[in-house]
Amino acid sequence: MAIVGAADTEVGKIPHLSPTALCIDAARRALEDAGISKDQVDGLVTCNSMAEPYMYHAEAIAEYLQIFPRYCISANAGGGTTFSTIQHAATAIAAGVCDTVLVTMADCLRTGLSREQAKKMQSSTGHPEFETPYGATVPAFYALIARAHMDTYGTTPEQMAAVAVSGRRHAARNPAAQMRELITVEDVLNSRMIADPLHLLDCSLVSDGGAAIVLASAERAADFPHDSVYILGAGEGHSHEHISQARSLTTSAALESGQRAYRMAGLGAADIDVAQIYDCFTPVVLIELEDLGFCEKGEAGAFVESQGTALEGPLPMNTHGGMLSHCHPGNPGAMFSLTEAVTQLRRIAGDRQVQDAEVALVHGQGGIMSSHATLILGRERD
Amino acid sequence: MTDHSGKFLPRPRPETAAWWQSCREHKLNIQRCSGCGAFQFYPRIVCSSCMSGKVEWVQSAGRGKVVTFTICRLPVAEAYTADLPYVVALIRLEEGPTMMSNIGECEPESVAIGMPVEVTFQKWSDDITIPQFLPALAS
Ligand SMILES: [Zn+2]
Repeated sequence: MAIVGAADTEVGKIPHLSPTALCIDAARRALEDAGISKDQVDGLVTCNSMAEPYMYHAEAIAEYLQIFPRYCISANAGGGTTFSTIQHAATAIAAGVCDTVLVTMADCLRTGLSREQAKKMQSSTGHPEFETPYGATVPAFYALIARAHMDTYGTTPEQMAAVAVSGRRHAARNPAAQMRELITVEDVLNSRMIADPLHLLDCSLVSDGGAAIVLASAERAADFPHDSVYILGAGEGHSHEHISQARSLTTSAALESGQRAYRMAGLGAADIDVAQIYDCFTPVVLIELEDLGFCEKGEAGAFVESQGTALEGPLPMNTHGGMLSHCHPGNPGAMFSLTEAVTQLRRIAGDRQVQDAEVALVHGQGGIMSSHATLILGRERD
Repeated sequence: MTDHSGKFLPRPRPETAAWWQSCREHKLNIQRCSGCGAFQFYPRIVCSSCMSGKVEWVQSAGRGKVVTFTICRLPVAEAYTADLPYVVALIRLEEGPTMMSNIGECEPESVAIGMPVEVTFQKWSDDITIPQFLPALAS
């Protein structure tokens, strides 16, 4: 399976476009990159928008574009679900259900949410009877995981802060990133405490933005104008929905999703040249780095602190800046990891290009460390 | 008395109504499977270990330990502002199941992982009395 087109919209504050318009803008750019017309699309995948939800989101986008797909589905969540939809769309192509799938996702959490919608977003996190009443904010849910990791492995606030510093250093080289001013570990630790031990700069951004890709079978890759990027492996893992029901607070289902993706690709963590790891909050990255096999359990903090994830380090990570510094529009958040992986493997990332990048791993998670999906991408078909 | 009316009040469902009723009676109930003996929380119509439909209510001792916690410095909604800073924790009950709660009646900074806690009940409305935890008295 091949990604034959990929593009992002502008990100940050985009008040002049609605979420639907941004979703269309992302689609238009990806189709242009793939060099195809909308009428060649026979599969459409979107995610629902929080600021402008539709009961049938993908159908609404198809209608807007006046396309009439054979395969049409919207995800109601983001995170790991984003990469799950890529795996499902690839499966649909392999099964002969459709040939050319457009995956386009956008939302406007920065400028598009009404007060009521913002309130609803907060109150919809957690189990409505047994968690939500206790008043945890989204950062507070993740702080529970951070505290457990600190207690079990001795991870420090400085090590979590190093994740934010690493992403920002990469964003500084990415003209598209929302936040580009360099920060230090001290800046993170001095930023406002939101939910101990998480500070404001341990938390991802709130953005408007969209991104899209076009997926087709690898046999057709030569028909498209730009370098294709191949899906070598894909895997999912699902362990819970509500954090109070988690099997473990410190080991996630990224362990299974990673192992499944590595097995399909016939590769291991040591083969990955560049990784885009879901970074809604800094401690999430540490757990994912461990569970995806890049570090032993408990060692990710020291790995990031010692520049392990720098562009010139052993595992260049979140080279666009990630959701901590590039953008995070909610459900579409993981799409930018995917388009960045394509950019890196096409070797057109400019100042932030990882030398000789051959194999990339992208990982998404959603819920509260609940739902995980991993993709392994390569420049060459395996 | 603190006003809880703007908080995210739970809406009991058919399979949890009995549990909320026991909270109104200041009893913390959990379920025990008559088939395999497993305890579980939250309430379910089947045992999540063996799928037996024979799950019975038993009263928890209401004691447990803090598994993890955070101190919320920002409220999730206006109605929680008066509680700031407040502790949200996961608590493992002596019987085994884990539940989320607040830990009150102590300095938030004094809460620690492994700390023994015990249940108390707070009336939020005529329908909802909600379990809360506080540091256990040294026994
Ligand atoms: Zn049972």
